[in-house]
Amino acid sequence: MIKVDGLHKYFDDLHVLRGIDLEVQKGEVLSVIGASGSGKSTLLYCVNGIEQIQEGSVYVDDVDVHAKTTDLNKLRQRLGMVFQQWNSFPHLTAMENVALAPQIVRGLTKEEAKDVAIKQLEHVGLGDKFDVFPNALSGGQQQRLAIARALAMDPQYMLFDEATSALDPELVGEVLDTMRVLAEEGMTMICVTHEMGFARDVSDRVAYFHEGIVEEIGPPDQIFAEPESEHTKKFLAKVR
Amino acid sequence: MFEYNFHWRPVFKSLPDLLEAALTTLQVASLAMTAGILLGFILAVSRMRETGLIYWFATTWVELARNTPALFQLFFFGFGLGALGFHLSPYLIVLAGLTFNTAGYLAENFRGGFEAIPSTQLRAARSLGMNPWQAYTRILIPQVMRIVYYPMTNQFVWVVLMSSLGMLVGYRELTGETQFFASKTYRIFEYFAVTAVIYYVMVKVILVLSKFCASRFFRY
Amino acid sequence: MEQTVTVFSGFSAQDLLFLGEAALRTLWISLLSIAIGSFLGGIFGWVLYESKNWGGILVNPVLDIFRSVPLIVQLVLFYNFAPIVGLNLDAFESGLVVLTMYTSALVANVARGGIESVGRSMRIASRSLGMSYWQDMRHVVFPIGTRAIFPSWVGVALGVMKDSALVSVLGYVELVKASQVLITRTQEPLLIILVVGAFYFVLSYPVSRYSAKLERRWSQ
Repeated sequence: MIKVDGLHKYFDDLHVLRGIDLEVQKGEVLSVIGASGSGKSTLLYCVNGIEQIQEGSVYVDDVDVHAKTTDLNKLRQRLGMVFQQWNSFPHLTAMENVALAPQIVRGLTKEEAKDVAIKQLEHVGLGDKFDVFPNALSGGQQQRLAIARALAMDPQYMLFDEATSALDPELVGEVLDTMRVLAEEGMTMICVTHEMGFARDVSDRVAYFHEGIVEEIGPPDQIFAEPESEHTKKFLAKVR
Repeated sequence: MFEYNFHWRPVFKSLPDLLEAALTTLQVASLAMTAGILLGFILAVSRMRETGLIYWFATTWVELARNTPALFQLFFFGFGLGALGFHLSPYLIVLAGLTFNTAGYLAENFRGGFEAIPSTQLRAARSLGMNPWQAYTRILIPQVMRIVYYPMTNQFVWVVLMSSLGMLVGYRELTGETQFFASKTYRIFEYFAVTAVIYYVMVKVILVLSKFCASRFFRY
Repeated sequence: MEQTVTVFSGFSAQDLLFLGEAALRTLWISLLSIAIGSFLGGIFGWVLYESKNWGGILVNPVLDIFRSVPLIVQLVLFYNFAPIVGLNLDAFESGLVVLTMYTSALVANVARGGIESVGRSMRIASRSLGMSYWQDMRHVVFPIGTRAIFPSWVGVALGVMKDSALVSVLGYVELVKASQVLITRTQEPLLIILVVGAFYFVLSYPVSRYSAKLERRWSQ
């Protein structure tokens, strides 16, 4: 379970997160929507421990992410993260991109890591690209590679930070399909997204962020069909 | 018009000596380059946090190396240190001078290499649970090496050429050796012409080798 | 001999004047060779860009010699070659010729890169507006290209200024030669070396900083 409690985050004077309370249960898919600058991505970075927080707490499976004693490298193995820029490692083949972290972080042998990589690359539909370097892959393929790379760490949770925002429109579908498969397999996911169709069809709950707070949260039917807050209504009217 | 009589025979007779001196040149240049890479890397890392004594020390080194003549730097390690009571051998003067200079130039190359890699690469590596050491050695440095590889090749060529300053501090690398024979025989033009050819060939070989190695090192 | 207390022992105001004159000579030969060399280098760069065939076969290998042979060897070689073909050149003239050619070889590469950086699409655009070849060169390629290469050109120019120290081997009394003369006479190596180093540094450092600042601003 991921539990966020009274979370405040500042970038210098900028108050980005202004008291976030959230719980994500095992097996749940939470989509986070909202205008750019509303703090959605920052929330993911705080969950992952990439960003420091100023107030409140984040617990992942009862581990306090921001406690001084927490081994973040260990914690991050449980939290797979996929970024807007896919960040493939350009000097490694697709296979090596996926196999590297299992080998040096999880401590698998070379063969075990390779097996894991093969399994995850096939999982995301890149079974024919093992020895290809990222610069020969399309954006959509690179993003699926990034998903496979995160999955190879055998994470309990997957965090998606606008995974399709930087893609050409015709490549968005293949990445969303991959995410959909993960959701159906029961992966616990937090997806910051601008894809309203995805949020509505795949999520168990949808959270609408407005200026650093959770303005409204609930099942997709409720948020999309009968939003209560004026801000939510306005936002949805604009993106439709 | 050509009243001058060329005498090539003495040059060819001392060709083995010149070639041996060319090896000396390559040896001192390689050593200075290796030391320069290590020190340059340390200097570049020392300048990443832009405060503190180490930053200022590294910055002073880099700026002095880049903004004064290499010859001046050699003279400093020669006459300058000599005046302070540290008498280095000609070999050490050349080695120290070239290393000091090379480290300064490479430090800037390395810095540019690190700056050219998007910060998101580090972030992605850390998000996979890699510690900083793993992220640097497995993800960032291999990419930096690719970026700085050709500038480093050029720097090595430059070190080979610069080692000719050894002549001016009494070190008998290729140019020093040439000068020695030339002043003995007064066949200055002939000796230096042959030496020019040797340098030209050395530089070409270095560039070809470097290209060959690059095709082996870098697969993407 | 009695130990003297003051650091200025044997170093008089006249010596300072001597150094100052030498510094002016360093500046003079540098400026001349940078100016002429850049002009020639620009033309060579254009030739390299425009006629890949014979530019690549004829011009590039010749320029390559100046980049692959130590400057000091070039200087000695030319100084001793000139009389053979009946030219009576003094140290300054020989040094100027070699430094100029050396500069032009370095600038040629930079200039070709500059023309390439302007990009085909922009040139097609200007030609499609009805500009002639020379109008395109004059109003589009030249202003955009010079701006793109300005930082590299500054690097070359500063390099030549520092490398001009090597003309001292021909006996031309520029700064480094003057410092050697003074060191021999006054036995104050450290002081003189530091003064000379400071001169180069004061000239080079602000310019390179300014150029780096411009480069950063332009790349944004």
